[in-house]
Amino acid sequence: MPQTLYDKLWNNHVVHTEEDGTTLLYIDRHLVHEVTSPQAFEGLKLANRKLWRISSIVATADHNTPTDHWELGIQDPISRQQVETLDANIKEFGALAYFPFKDERQGIVHVMGPENGATLPGMTVVCGDSHTSTHGAFACLAHGIGTSEVEHVMATQCLLQKKSKSMLVRVDGKLGAGLTAKDIALAIIGKIGTAGGTGYAIEFGGEAIRALSMEGRMTLCNMAIEGGARAGMVAVDDNTINYLKGRPFAPKPEQWGAAVAYWRTLVSDEGAEFDRVVTLDAAEIQPQVTWGTSPEMVTTIDGAVPSPDDFADPVKREGVARALQYMGLTPRTPMAEIPIDKVFIGSCTNSRIEDLREAAAVAKGKHVAANVKLAMVVPGSGLVKRQAEAEGLDRVFRDAGFEWREPGCSMCLAMNADRLEPGERCASTSNRNFEGRQGNGGRTHLVSPAMAAAAAVTGHFADVRKL
Amino acid sequence: MRKFTHLKGLVAPLDRANVDTDAIIPKQFLKSIKRSGFGPNAFDEWRYLDHGEPGMDNSRRPLNPDFVLNKPRYQGASVLLVRDNFGCGSSREHAPWALEDYGFRAIIGPSFADIFFNNSFKNGLLPIKLPEAEVDIIFKQVEEHQGYALDIDLDKQTITRPDGKKISFEIDGFRKHCLLNGLDDIGLTLQKADLIKAFEAKRRAEQPWLFA
Repeated sequence: MPQTLYDKLWNNHVVHTEEDGTTLLYIDRHLVHEVTSPQAFEGLKLANRKLWRISSIVATADHNTPTDHWELGIQDPISRQQVETLDANIKEFGALAYFPFKDERQGIVHVMGPENGATLPGMTVVCGDSHTSTHGAFACLAHGIGTSEVEHVMATQCLLQKKSKSMLVRVDGKLGAGLTAKDIALAIIGKIGTAGGTGYAIEFGGEAIRALSMEGRMTLCNMAIEGGARAGMVAVDDNTINYLKGRPFAPKPEQWGAAVAYWRTLVSDEGAEFDRVVTLDAAEIQPQVTWGTSPEMVTTIDGAVPSPDDFADPVKREGVARALQYMGLTPRTPMAEIPIDKVFIGSCTNSRIEDLREAAAVAKGKHVAANVKLAMVVPGSGLVKRQAEAEGLDRVFRDAGFEWREPGCSMCLAMNADRLEPGERCASTSNRNFEGRQGNGGRTHLVSPAMAAAAAVTGHFADVRKL
Repeated sequence: MRKFTHLKGLVAPLDRANVDTDAIIPKQFLKSIKRSGFGPNAFDEWRYLDHGEPGMDNSRRPLNPDFVLNKPRYQGASVLLVRDNFGCGSSREHAPWALEDYGFRAIIGPSFADIFFNNSFKNGLLPIKLPEAEVDIIFKQVEEHQGYALDIDLDKQTITRPDGKKISFEIDGFRKHCLLNGLDDIGLTLQKADLIKAFEAKRRAEQPWLFA
């Protein structure tokens, strides 16, 4: 019987299945960061347990780390304690690799893993972070877990799981100029809703997905969780294999041939059946901008803020009214007329080299508008930062009035000092526009890196294709 | 983990969809390295009028009188009634920790986000999915009757309303077993250590590059 990619990944990791379908699934890679791991390590200590397989662990500090003045260390004592706790836990328990604060390879866990080749096709990848879905770009079964499960994987190398349903999201045709994986992701979420993928593992396929770089596929899979799906994935092709060649943790030359031969099988078979299929036409996708407090509250740059009256369902209508009040927006305002206060280019969604190139191409030779108080670029990792500097992108951003920062999660979730003040409006390349996400009272609009740069230089949302 | 067998509890209604885990427990409280003490900061941004930070004396902070959990009639609630897609967003287990620490033992709603749903079971917090129509009826009854309590029997998988109507609910067999007995997953999984070792040895032989 033809199998989906998800079937293959699942079947390849089953240790044991109970009668009711509860399965013990083997985990190949466990990514660890400072926020969701301390209680898990504490649990191991209390039960006098060790790590089942030290070489499965790759760790970094990202959520709490500052993005400027590294010479001062971490100023917030509670943040510092959390990062130092990770340092101590890794020292005590061990890891394949640890990139601590200030290490040249430190970075956002979902940027650092793939760029070091720690994420390989066919793996199961987990991390105590919902955006672990990112790694599905490499034909992995990758998803976020809670801290109890972090401890479970540390102690047993397995997770207890039930198989999800399967969904194919097929994006046919070619994406227009100026459009990116972020626009595809937001268009998909606009179509299926933030709970549309709940209970499913999503495979992204079709001509427009095949045409995406690995960076683009990571952006797309990263946002699978915003559509409700714990896991998103893309089949292996030449892009996947070419990206991995020569990375530090990629297979050594003597194993490379066998690995590639296996990886080539990580595609859905012809005729494989999915529980649900959703299709989009790439040619119809326009630059996306969110207007509300959920990623599904999204429209196109030539669209306008909706009115609660547009929605028949009373719960939805109430939700829209509350969102507009929080966002300080009036129904029917054209998106392109909304002025912004801050710009954030970064996060595990959009902080890779390709994202920075796209934003820099828009910023080049222009300047951040006078009404924009802060436009910041936060590279996803130390390696991304160095690559960008080698290409002169830091110069482009600085000349245009952007701040060029050190790597980390930064203002995606504002656990460090980077945040919005109450009422401030931000064009952000991150993944969540929830109330208070980027700072108490802050107002987040999700966009692509190119659209964020366009907003920075015009002072309001603007169609990057018309600049 | 604390056992869950039977609960008769006051119901508090949270009548909004897509309540995310950032709302349940804002990020500044995630800097803690402990599992406990998150209850006073559950729904912090909605619950208090000032901005909360770790280390504050929450008992002295101004409460938002309009937030439903602050209303006198819902004090002592142990059942949270919610709308679609509750617990969406971040995987932070601090969300069920905060709800459990606040005093909730069960959450009833039409749908839950996957990771939150899963995390709840690990903490003796029972999320129950009911059809939307049933949830609507309970929202209406809670509104109309002060002191509205539901009787939840996990073994029989029933919820009994004050009007005597019994509603059945579905739950995964393994999760039910763990909740009823307060079992720790890790201990159970380690009973299968030989199976895991055998699987791992086979995997190491077939895909040696994964074990470099």
